[in-house]
Amino acid sequence: MRRWCKSLWQVRMTLEPLKAEIEANVPGCRLEIVPNPSPSAQHSLLIDAEHAVAVATFLRDAKNLQFDYCSNVTGIDWPSREITEKVKVTKTIEGPDGTPVEQEVEEVRKSQTVGHLEVVYHLYSMALKHGPVVLRMRTEDRGERVHLPSLISVWRSVDFQEREVFDLYGVVFDGHPDLRRILMWDEFVDHPMRRDYIDPDDYEYEPTAHDEVMRRTNEHHGRTA
Amino acid sequence: MDEALKAELSKQGIFTVTLQELYNWGRKNSIWPLNFGLACCAIEMIATTMARYDLARFGAEVFRPSPRQADLMIVAGTITKKMAPQVVRLYNQMPEPKYVISMGACAISGGPFKQGYNVLKGIDRYIPVDIFIPGCPPRPEALIDGFMALQAKIDAQQLTGSTRPRHLNAAEPSEFIVPEFGAHDLEPPKNTTVWHAPLVQISLAGADDSGAA
Repeated sequence: MRRWCKSLWQVRMTLEPLKAEIEANVPGCRLEIVPNPSPSAQHSLLIDAEHAVAVATFLRDAKNLQFDYCSNVTGIDWPSREITEKVKVTKTIEGPDGTPVEQEVEEVRKSQTVGHLEVVYHLYSMALKHGPVVLRMRTEDRGERVHLPSLISVWRSVDFQEREVFDLYGVVFDGHPDLRRILMWDEFVDHPMRRDYIDPDDYEYEPTAHDEVMRRTNEHHGRTA
Repeated sequence: MDEALKAELSKQGIFTVTLQELYNWGRKNSIWPLNFGLACCAIEMIATTMARYDLARFGAEVFRPSPRQADLMIVAGTITKKMAPQVVRLYNQMPEPKYVISMGACAISGGPFKQGYNVLKGIDRYIPVDIFIPGCPPRPEALIDGFMALQAKIDAQQLTGSTRPRHLNAAEPSEFIVPEFGAHDLEPPKNTTVWHAPLVQISLAGADDSGAA
């Protein structure tokens, strides 16, 4: 147990050398450490889609790493959100005596971030008994460009879980041999775990309705609360 | 038949019954459930049939693996929308007279998963249910109680007249619509000939600041 904990600590706390090692061995790959500020401090490694298979293969095959087990694949939906920034701008304003005066004004700027989908892989090494290393991959947006490479050629165990991420989030895994829906039926068109999924209006009978359910129930019965 | 005469005859070793009593007595004591479970409630159902609770005492020990040989469907567990058409199809394949016990919160209403994207809000949206057993999951005693309630229901059935059961009324349906997989939900989302939303007064308390219900 002690050895396990120690290795856990080592791997978790030292993503920096791991990053450097991957960068040295997979030329051209772009890595980024995504810090986790919570007490678990489970930082993760953001990898780019082009080199994902190469990075994964390296993690699996390197003698000192041997991440031979991908225990979990999951998805995250990051919808686009509004960011408000305060920017200091120098503006020329007409002074009281008619001459232009330069003045520093704070301006609030609002912009929309590009939403994206994220896929998370948890890796362990059965051989060296260490882990987890958390890999992340991001799609370009949430609409058309949702393609990511499948890691099934590296870890066979991601088969059903990538299908699940495809089903519930709509991430298309290129190279997956059998990318079908797994939980929902084939005719279904939505991706129910996305934040903007709207479930069908079957709120006829909600005996203990409250909050969102109450809103939907009232909506269904044509009333506004 | 006169009750006094009936008692007098029984003293002489002659038992008189109506055909209805005999028919209902025979059916209620030989219910064959369908060997069919959907989720954790099925574990309680299995426990009910085993030695400790022994459903065989009520004449229902033969769980049939085929719907053609069963006359009771115990819907034990969460019905996912993906599974619902198969549940209705199995029900349609059972011969009349047939009964349904909706066991547990999920089968009644969707239970803790009611607002889930793939959970049917109760099997009574598609097929007629005779007995509802609340619980999550219900204990075997609750299933036995529900089973005895079903027996009492069968025993009280009139074979003639306007209240006669469905299987003796040619005008009543024996098969129900099997829903199809649609783009966003099952099609139809409910069978309106079977299910009507119960009338509920939705309290508006908490929805506004007035506090008035």
